[in-house]
Amino acid sequence: MPLPFLKGRSDEAIFRVGTGVFAVVLIALVAAIGVELYRQSLLSIREFGWQFWQTDIWDPVAGQFGARPFIWGTLYSSILALIIATPIALGIAIYISELAPARLRRPLVFLTELLAAIPSIVYGLWGIFVLVPIVRHLEVATPEWLRGVPLFTGPPLGVGMLAAALILSIMVIPFTSSVAREVLKAVPQAQREGAYALGATRWEAIRMALFYARTGIIGAVMLGFGRALGETMAVTMVIGNNPQITWSLYAPQYTMSAVLANEFAEATDDLYLHALVEIGLVLFIITLIINVISRLFIWSMARQKRPAPARPVTIKAAA
Amino acid sequence: MMRDRWRRGLSHTIVALCAAAVLLALVPLAFILFYVVTQGITSLNLAFFTNMPTPVGEPGGGMGNAILGSLIVTGLGALFAIPIGIMSGIYAAEYAGTRLASAVRFAADTLNGVPSIVIGLFIYGIAVLPFRQFSALAGGLALGVMMIPLIMRTTEELLLLVPPTLREGALALGATRGRAVFSVVVPAALPGILTGILLALARIAGETAPLLFTAFNNRFFSKDVTQPIATLTVQVYTYAISPYEDWHRQAWAGALVLVGIVFFCSLAARFATARLERVQRGS
Repeated sequence: MPLPFLKGRSDEAIFRVGTGVFAVVLIALVAAIGVELYRQSLLSIREFGWQFWQTDIWDPVAGQFGARPFIWGTLYSSILALIIATPIALGIAIYISELAPARLRRPLVFLTELLAAIPSIVYGLWGIFVLVPIVRHLEVATPEWLRGVPLFTGPPLGVGMLAAALILSIMVIPFTSSVAREVLKAVPQAQREGAYALGATRWEAIRMALFYARTGIIGAVMLGFGRALGETMAVTMVIGNNPQITWSLYAPQYTMSAVLANEFAEATDDLYLHALVEIGLVLFIITLIINVISRLFIWSMARQKRPAPARPVTIKAAA
Repeated sequence: MMRDRWRRGLSHTIVALCAAAVLLALVPLAFILFYVVTQGITSLNLAFFTNMPTPVGEPGGGMGNAILGSLIVTGLGALFAIPIGIMSGIYAAEYAGTRLASAVRFAADTLNGVPSIVIGLFIYGIAVLPFRQFSALAGGLALGVMMIPLIMRTTEELLLLVPPTLREGALALGATRGRAVFSVVVPAALPGILTGILLALARIAGETAPLLFTAFNNRFFSKDVTQPIATLTVQVYTYAISPYEDWHRQAWAGALVLVGIVFFCSLAARFATARLERVQRGS
């Protein structure tokens, strides 16, 4: 290697370059994903332009590709999941990090991690055979006066938006709660002690900690949102796979990831393939943006912590 | 007085709500595990692990080929991901303040957030399309891409936990930086890194979406990495969405095997880390 800085300190430089190459490979990989997806969707981008995202009819046989229902399904299901999952996930994070007795903490962390570790396909299988029948019963039991509300119209099929949102929220909960827990851990103990010293109740002290950690908590919630957007198998198996835009929770709908899982391996002509990859490209871009923003939130929280204030002296009562 | 009582009441209510949230999340966990175990155990027998799937309507058969396939594809992924993950992790830990280190950390977090189905698309474009052939190798690449950020982050974190005195000792004895890292720092962190790899393997072995159009599927035993290959997860998916009762039972058995793998890997990792912590505290 004819690099000038190798002279004299070659061992150090070789080590640096040797490991640095792999770091560059990792970065290049992320860039390559974007480039490759763009390249593989050129046909569709040229053919349809923005029209692709503004029309609703998806009929590959007739060569009609309108992807709006998929965006709708992805966003709607993820937002619903977020609404259900966020309060529960934050409750868990608060309980484990602020309230739980020390000997309960480890088992609880383990159990929530287990919930996160269960493969998506197992959630899907359980969804098809257990959750969907339950949802169908609920739908059948809908009182008459509720059926007029746009959220509850349509026949009780079981498969559909409601089942997808429920299963997504179960999958997102452990994820959001574990990040929120880490963030709460970064709140200096002095914040809570200060609150208690001023006569705060438990909740008031927790509220202080939450306020201190607010950017990180927003980051945790957004990270969960990113997860929900990209989740594929479980959603594909319970959402009903019907491209339509409707507010109804009972209606079968379709998501971006689900259409890829269902149709990609069978797509025959190039235009069809490119149209599907374009959906993948946009999914990639959306999740990328969500992830970057949430990481920035979480990182700013971590940086806040770094110039640590003088550590509070903990006085052990019985020592 | 009234206000104090109200404040205390609110506090108690919220504490109770938080505890309720924990219970609420544990319900689906118990529910899922209950179903997977009770439905899966009845169809789990030796044939399940050794036989190939039978044609529709013929009873018996198993997922032997899919289990072998999952091992091969996950193994290929590990082969590809471990060097990149560990080396870039070493860089990020050793040169923590540099711009490249921040960039690689950021790239790893980003890659970790990329939906697995999108990674499948990417690998389809670079490893399936050019050869017009689904293959085990392509499946391995897809899983490898997913493993890299997990391994990189664990390696980095664990290397930073190694006491700096160890490295300084090695450097003081005249070791070069590379020598100090590879013969002192990395070995000290190795048990933790291996645990991290084990967890990454368990997570990746449960992936379905990136395999759908890379490894695809195969009805037979196949060890050829250039050919399509069956995997446990894709097989469970195929069976789950089929209309046949018998296949549904097999899908549950497959799910039980998957959950078993995940469970034991997490448990093993938990014990390993607990032991590590004890050792570190003891020294």
